Amino acid sequence: MELKRGSSSHSAYHLGPALKEGEERRTLSVLVDNEAGVLARVIGLFSGRGYNIESLTVAETDHTGHRSRITVVTTGTPMVLEQIKAQVDRIVPVHRVRDLTSEGPSVERELALVKVANVGDHRVESLRVKDAFRAQVVDASLESFVFEVTGSPEKIDAFIDLMRPLGLVDVSRTGVAAISRGPEGM
Amino acid sequence: MPTNTNSNTMTGAEIVIKSLIDQGVEVVFGYPGGAVLPIYDELFKQNQIEHVLVRHEQGATHAAEGYARSTGKPGVVLVTSGPGATNAVTGLQDALMDSIPMICLTGQVPTFMIGNDAFQEADTIGITRPCTKHNWLVKDTDDLAETMHEAFYVATNGRPGPVLIDIPKDVQFASGTYVGPRGVKPAGYQPRVKGDTAAIQAAVELMEGAERPLFYTGGGVINSGPHASQLLRDLVKATGFPITSTLMGLGAYPASGDKWLGMLGMHGSYEANWAMHDCDVMICVGARFDDRITGRLDAFAPNSKKIHIDIDPSSINKNVRADVPIVGDVGHVLEDMTRIFRSRGAKTNKTAVAKWWGEIGEWQAVKCFEYEGSTDLIKPQYAVERLAEAMKKHGDYYVTTEVGQHQMWAAQYIPFDAPNRWMTSGGLGTMGYGVPAAVGVQIAHRDSLVVDVAGEASFMMTMQEMSTAVQYKLPIKIFILNNERLGMVRQWQQLLHGERYSSSYSEALPDFVKLGEAFGCGGIRCDKPGELDDAIAEMIAYDGPVIFDCLVEKHENCFPMIPSGKAHNEMLLGSRASGGGGDISKAIESDGAVLV
Ligand SMILES: Cc1ncc(C[n+]2csc(CCOP(=O)(O)OP(=O)(O)O)c2C)c(N)n1
Ligand SMILES: [Mg+2]
Repeated sequence: MELKRGSSSHSAYHLGPALKEGEERRTLSVLVDNEAGVLARVIGLFSGRGYNIESLTVAETDHTGHRSRITVVTTGTPMVLEQIKAQVDRIVPVHRVRDLTSEGPSVERELALVKVANVGDHRVESLRVKDAFRAQVVDASLESFVFEVTGSPEKIDAFIDLMRPLGLVDVSRTGVAAISRGPEGM
Repeated sequence: MPTNTNSNTMTGAEIVIKSLIDQGVEVVFGYPGGAVLPIYDELFKQNQIEHVLVRHEQGATHAAEGYARSTGKPGVVLVTSGPGATNAVTGLQDALMDSIPMICLTGQVPTFMIGNDAFQEADTIGITRPCTKHNWLVKDTDDLAETMHEAFYVATNGRPGPVLIDIPKDVQFASGTYVGPRGVKPAGYQPRVKGDTAAIQAAVELMEGAERPLFYTGGGVINSGPHASQLLRDLVKATGFPITSTLMGLGAYPASGDKWLGMLGMHGSYEANWAMHDCDVMICVGARFDDRITGRLDAFAPNSKKIHIDIDPSSINKNVRADVPIVGDVGHVLEDMTRIFRSRGAKTNKTAVAKWWGEIGEWQAVKCFEYEGSTDLIKPQYAVERLAEAMKKHGDYYVTTEVGQHQMWAAQYIPFDAPNRWMTSGGLGTMGYGVPAAVGVQIAHRDSLVVDVAGEASFMMTMQEMSTAVQYKLPIKIFILNNERLGMVRQWQQLLHGERYSSSYSEALPDFVKLGEAFGCGGIRCDKPGELDDAIAEMIAYDGPVIFDCLVEKHENCFPMIPSGKAHNEMLLGSRASGGGGDISKAIESDGAVLV
C-alpha cells in the first residue's frame, strides 16, 4: 500500500496543518436523539452547505435515553464555524452542540488498526516501534502483525509513517473521539 | 368522524383526521392516490375539515402557503406517495425559504415493501430532508398521534417552516392509541423567544445616539403576528426613524406611513437603498441579509453599526456581521425594546435625525418609480398603478404574484397598509406560485378581493388551478401583465448577454380570454390605456374567477436596479428618473455576471 506523505490531505482523516488562510480547525461534539436518519441530517447539512468534514465519529452513548454523540472535526473561517454550529443546532433532533476546541481544554483520541507484512529485521524493528508507541499486537502470523494504536491523530500519523518502510499494508482509523477536561458533562 | 369516539384506539387514518381537528385545522389542500386512500376515506366520513382538491400537488403546497401567509395559521397538504410527494417538493422548498408554516402529509407504500422499488415508492424522507424543517417516517400507528402534534409544534414554533410526515399505508389501516396535542413537543427543539435584555439595552443605546438610523424589516415581523407589526409601528413613531422593508415584509409598516421609504434591494427604491448605504445605525428586524438586499457585500452599509433581531440564530452573522445580535421572537424583542427605550426617556439625537431626513428628502425627490407614460400602449407600471387604485377603492384586498418583472412592479406600485395581505415567492422565486396561492388566500377570505398579479409565462406553469377556483367558487382575479416575454430573463439578457434573446419570448400563447371561458371563468382583454380603468372595474365586479389579459409594452425594463455585484449607491434608474436613459447593456461587469 502506498501512502505518500501529504496525499492524505484529501482524506477524511487528514489532520495535518494545511489550513487555508483565515481558517481554523474545530472539534464539535453534537448530542442527538438516536433516531433513524439523524446522521444523514447532520452529514447532509455539511455537504449541502459546503462545509468540510475532516473526521466524523458516531455511536450511541446513552442506551436508555437513546442519545448518540457525534464528534466532527471541521475547518472554516470563524464566521463559517459559527454558522456551522448554529445550523447544526437547529436540526430538530440535535440537543446540544459544543465546540470543544474553543470552549476550554479537551482531550482527543483516535484508534487505528495497522497491518504490516514483514519478516526478519523489519519484523523486529516494527515490534520496537510498537513498544515505543505503546501499541498492542492484536493479530500475528509468521509474516504479519496487526497493531492497535491509540492516541492523538498526530501520534497515529507518526506511527503509520514509521510503519510504512516496515511493510505497511492496511490502515483502519476510527476518527476522533473527544471530550472536555474537568468535571462538567455535556 | 372516528368510529371509536369513546375509545382512544383508532386506525391510523382516523388518528390523522382526529389530530388535524384537534389542531384546529379547517382546510386541507390535497390530491388523492393509492397510498392515502384510507385517509381520504376518513375525510369523506366527516365534515369538520374541508378538503380542497387541487389540480397538481405543487398547487396544493402553494395554496397552503397562501392560506398560511394570509391567516397566520399553518397550511396543511395531503398527497399520495411517489409522484404525489415529488410534485410537492417545489412548494416545500418555497415554504422553507420564506419561513411559511406548513404540514405536508404524504402516503407511503406499506412498511414491509419500503426499499423494494414498490409501485409509486419514492424515498420521500430522503428527498425532502433538505427542503423541510424536519420530517418523520411513521412506522408504528402508536407513534402517529404524537408525531402529528410534534409536527405542528415544529412547523409553527421558532422560525416557521414546512414539515412532512410520511405515512405508510399499513400504518393508516392498523389500530393505535390516540393522544391529544397537549404538551407534545420534541425534547431537543425549544427555540428561544425572549431576547437577551443586556443586548436589547445595548441596541437602545445605539439607537439613542444614532445620527442616520434606519429600520430594515422583513418577513419575520409578519410571521411574529399582527401584534409585532403594531409594536413596530409604535416604535417607528416613537423614534421618528425612517423604515424600509424587504419584499417579504411589505405591509408590516403601512405604505401610507410618513416614515416609509419603500422596499429596498435589487429593485427597491432609490431612497431606501441610499439610506441603507449611508446609515450609521441599522436596526434589522426579522430579515436575513439576503443577496437581493445587500448587493455587493463588502460595500454594504459600510459605515453602520448593525442590530439584528432574529428568532433563528443561524440567520445572524451568516452574510453580514451583526454588532448587536439579538436572538428572539420579533414581537417579544420589540416589546422589550420599546419598554426600555421609553423607560430611558425616549431619547434620540433629534437634530441629527432631522438632518438625515433632509438627505432622504433629496433622494425621495428623484422619484425613482416615475416612468415614461404612453397614450397608445399600456405601460406595465401604469397597469399596476391603475389596478392598485381600483383595489384601494374597493377596500379589502389581498395580492399574490408570480415571479418576474410583474412581481417587482407589483411590489413597487401596490401599497400595503396591513400585514398578511401580500403573498409572493421571495426566497425561491417560484414561477407558478401566484395562482394556487390566490386559491389558498381566497379559501380563507371568501369575501375579500384576491388578485394574482401575473406574467403570462408564470401563469402557464400552474394555470390548471383555475379549475380548482371554479370548483370551489373562489372569485380570484388573475391580472396578467402580458408582455409575451419572459420579461425578467429578457431584461438580464439585454443587460448581460449582448441582447441575445435566447428562448425568452413566449411563442404560441393561448388566447387567454377563451382560456378563461374554457375554464368556466371570466375572460377580459385590454390593450388600450384609455379603456383600462373600466376593464379593471369589470374584472373586480365579475362574480367569479377571471383571467385578465392585459397586453402591455413588451420591452419595458424594471427599475431601479442594483446590478449584480454592485453596491447600493451604484443603482441604475429608469430613463425618466435619471433624466435620459443610461447604457444599461454595460451595467454589469464580468465578475458580477456569475451572480444570479
Ligand atoms: C420555476 C421557475 N423557472 C424559471 C425561473 C426563472 N425566471 C425568473 S423570471 C422568469 C420570466 C417570467 O416571465 P413572466 O411570468 O412572463 O413574467 P415577466 O418577467 O414577463 O413579468 C423566469 C423564466 C423561475 N423564477 N422559476
Ligand atoms: Mg411576461
